[in-house]
Amino acid sequence: MEPFETVSGIAAPMLDANIDTDVIMPKQFLLGVDRKGLDRGVFHDQRFLPDGQLNPDFVLNKPKHKGATFLLTGPNFGCGSSREHAVWGLKQMGIRALIGTSFAGIFFDNCMKNGILAAKIDENELKKLSEVIEKNPGVPLTVDLSQQKISVADNLELTFDIDRLRKDTLLMGLDPISATLQHKQDILNFEKRHLHENPWLAD
Amino acid sequence: MKPKTLYDKLIDSHVVKTLDGDCHVLLYIDRHIVNEYTSPQAFSGLREQDRAVWRPGTTLAVVDHVNSTEPERVDFALDEAGANQMRYLADNCEKYGIELFDLLDKRQGIEHVVAPEQGLVLPGMVIAAGDSHTTTYGALGAFGFGIGTSEIEHLLATQTLVYKRLKTMRVTISGALGFGVTSKDLIMTVIRKVGSSGATGYVMEFAGSTISDLSVEARMTICNMAVEAGARGAYMAPDDKVFDYLKNKPRAPKGPLWSQALVKWRELKTDDGAAFDKEVELDASAIEPMVSWGISPDQAAGISGSVPSVENASGRVDKIAIEKAQKYMGLSPGTQFDDIPITHAFIGSCTNSRIEDLRQVAEVLDGRRVADGVRAIIVPGSSMVRQQAEAEGLATIFKTAGFEWRQSGCSLCLAMNADVLKPGERCASSTNRNFEGRQGTGARTHLMSPAMVAAAAVTGRLTDVRKLVRSQ
Repeated sequence: MEPFETVSGIAAPMLDANIDTDVIMPKQFLLGVDRKGLDRGVFHDQRFLPDGQLNPDFVLNKPKHKGATFLLTGPNFGCGSSREHAVWGLKQMGIRALIGTSFAGIFFDNCMKNGILAAKIDENELKKLSEVIEKNPGVPLTVDLSQQKISVADNLELTFDIDRLRKDTLLMGLDPISATLQHKQDILNFEKRHLHENPWLAD
Repeated sequence: MKPKTLYDKLIDSHVVKTLDGDCHVLLYIDRHIVNEYTSPQAFSGLREQDRAVWRPGTTLAVVDHVNSTEPERVDFALDEAGANQMRYLADNCEKYGIELFDLLDKRQGIEHVVAPEQGLVLPGMVIAAGDSHTTTYGALGAFGFGIGTSEIEHLLATQTLVYKRLKTMRVTISGALGFGVTSKDLIMTVIRKVGSSGATGYVMEFAGSTISDLSVEARMTICNMAVEAGARGAYMAPDDKVFDYLKNKPRAPKGPLWSQALVKWRELKTDDGAAFDKEVELDASAIEPMVSWGISPDQAAGISGSVPSVENASGRVDKIAIEKAQKYMGLSPGTQFDDIPITHAFIGSCTNSRIEDLRQVAEVLDGRRVADGVRAIIVPGSSMVRQQAEAEGLATIFKTAGFEWRQSGCSLCLAMNADVLKPGERCASSTNRNFEGRQGTGARTHLMSPAMVAAAAVTGRLTDVRKLVRSQ
C-alpha cells in the first residue's frame, strides 16, 4: 500500500450531506472481479452527461478543481453500501485524502485499507477551509499526517485527530494481514478455548 | 462487578488480544458470509499472496446480488460480467473448501435471509460480511456488522478483524403498534428521529416492550435498517421467541448441544444498571405507516403528511438537503403523499422479503388488482421463502392480482442485475435505501412497508394501507 506522509495538491468541495457509495460508485461498475477501470465510475452519473460527455457543471470537472487530490466532504460522506469499489475508484482518480466532518463507518475503514486518509475536522474549520479554497482558486493544500496538520499556503493551518493505529498504518503503508498473522499463536489459543467453551460453534 | 451491556459481553467474549490503549482489539469472528460481488478481489488477494483460508467451515457463500430473478430459474446471470463473478465465486469456493449455495441450490437466496433461515446465525455469535446489512443478525442476539473487501480478505486469512469498540446507544420503544403499522414503520421512525448519521460511531441496542412483542422476522427488519442511521451494528437480547425460531432450523445445534447452548444464550442480555453513551426513547403507539419522500432514509414521514417545505429545515445543511431531494424526486413542497402516483411497486430485499412480509402483502392483494400503468414485482428473499409462499397459496394471490412472481435475489433493491428502473420512474419499494440512482439512474424510490407497497400498487399512488384493509 502506498504510504501517506505529506501530500500536497488542490482540493474540491463536495459539501452536501449523505453522499453515499451508490453515488460515488454506481452499480454498473460493480461487476468486475478485479479493481480495474474504476476511475471511470467515480461519481459517474453526475460527472458525465447521458451522452458520455463530461458534465461541465460537476465540481470535479470545473477548471479550478480539475485533478483534485483532496475532497472537502459534508456530513456522513460514504454512507450506505459497503462496496470498497468506491474507495478504489477515488484512489485511482488520484484522491489521497478526504477532509470532512463525519464519515460512515465501513467507508472510513475502507479508506484506511487503501492508503486514503479520511481526516475529521469540525464544522467551523471545514467552513473556513472551503472559503479559503473558493477565494484562492488552484491554491495548493498540504496534508502532513505525521504532524496531523492541514495547511493552505500562508492562509490557514488546522490540526486533526487520528488514532495511533490508523496513523501508523497509513504512514507506513502496512499490510494489515501480515501484522495480524504475527499474532497467529494468540488466535490459535483463543480459538481452542472458544470452541471448547462453545462447542456448538465448532465446524 | 460493573454492569455490562450486551454489546460489551459479545465483544469481550471474542477478544483475542487487546492491541492498544485506543480501544482496538483483535476480534475473533464466528461466522462469515460472502457474496459474488464484494468478495472476488479478496480471494484474488489470497491467491496472489498464496495465503490459506483460516477456517473455511465458518464461511458460507451465496449468490444473490447479480443473478437474474426472472420467474424461470436458470443457472446463469443474464450478462457476461455477472456470470463471470458467479463463476469466480464457485472457483474460489472449490479451491478453499467453502460451502456455496449457488443459483440452483434450493437454499439459495439473499444472504441475510438465508443465513438465519438455515440456523447459521446463533445468539452470542460475532458475524461479519461484505455487506452493510449484516446488522440484520442482531435480531437473533448475535452481533453482525458489514465490512469492505480488504477486511473480507483479512477475515478469510486470519479469522479475525482489527476492531475498534463503538459507543453504545440504547433505543427503548414502548407502546403497542397500531393496526397496519409494522416494524418497518418503526425503524423508519427511529431513523428519522436519530438522523441518517445520528448513530455513526455507535452500536444500537433495541429494547422495550414493543420489541419483545414483535416476531423474530419483524425484528430483523429493524436491525437490518439500523445501518441507515449510521449504526455499525445493532442487536436485541435474544428471548424465547428467538430460541423457538431457531429450534428446528437445519444448522442449529441439536440434542445435548442445543440444551448446553440454550443455558448460555439465556445469559445474553444487558445487565441492570449498565450505562449507555446515549439513550433514545420512543412511543410506538404514535407511529403511523411511513413513506420516504427524499433521497436519504431519514427523509421520511407518516403517510397522512405532505412533502415538507424548506421553512421546516433545521439548518443550512438540512435546507440544501431538502431542496436537493425535492429536485431529484420531482416533488413540490406541500404535495400530499397520497397524491403521488407511482410507475412501479417492488416487494423484496433483505429488509422485507420474508414469509411474514409476504403474508401481509397477500392480505392487501387478496381480491384486488394492480392499477393500470403500474408494474408490480415480488422477489422473495430466498428460494425457501418462495416455496413456502407457493405452498400457502400466497403466490396465486400475487399472480392473480397482477404481480410478477419472481425467483430470489437482491434484484431491484440495488439494481445490479437486469432489474433496473429508467430515469423518472417512481417506485413504491419495500427496500432500505432511497439514494439517488439506487434503483436506476434518475429513478425515484419511496421506501415503505411491504403492505404499503401493495396498497400503492393497487391504487397507483402512495396510499395509507389502513384504508384498504380494515381492522378485525
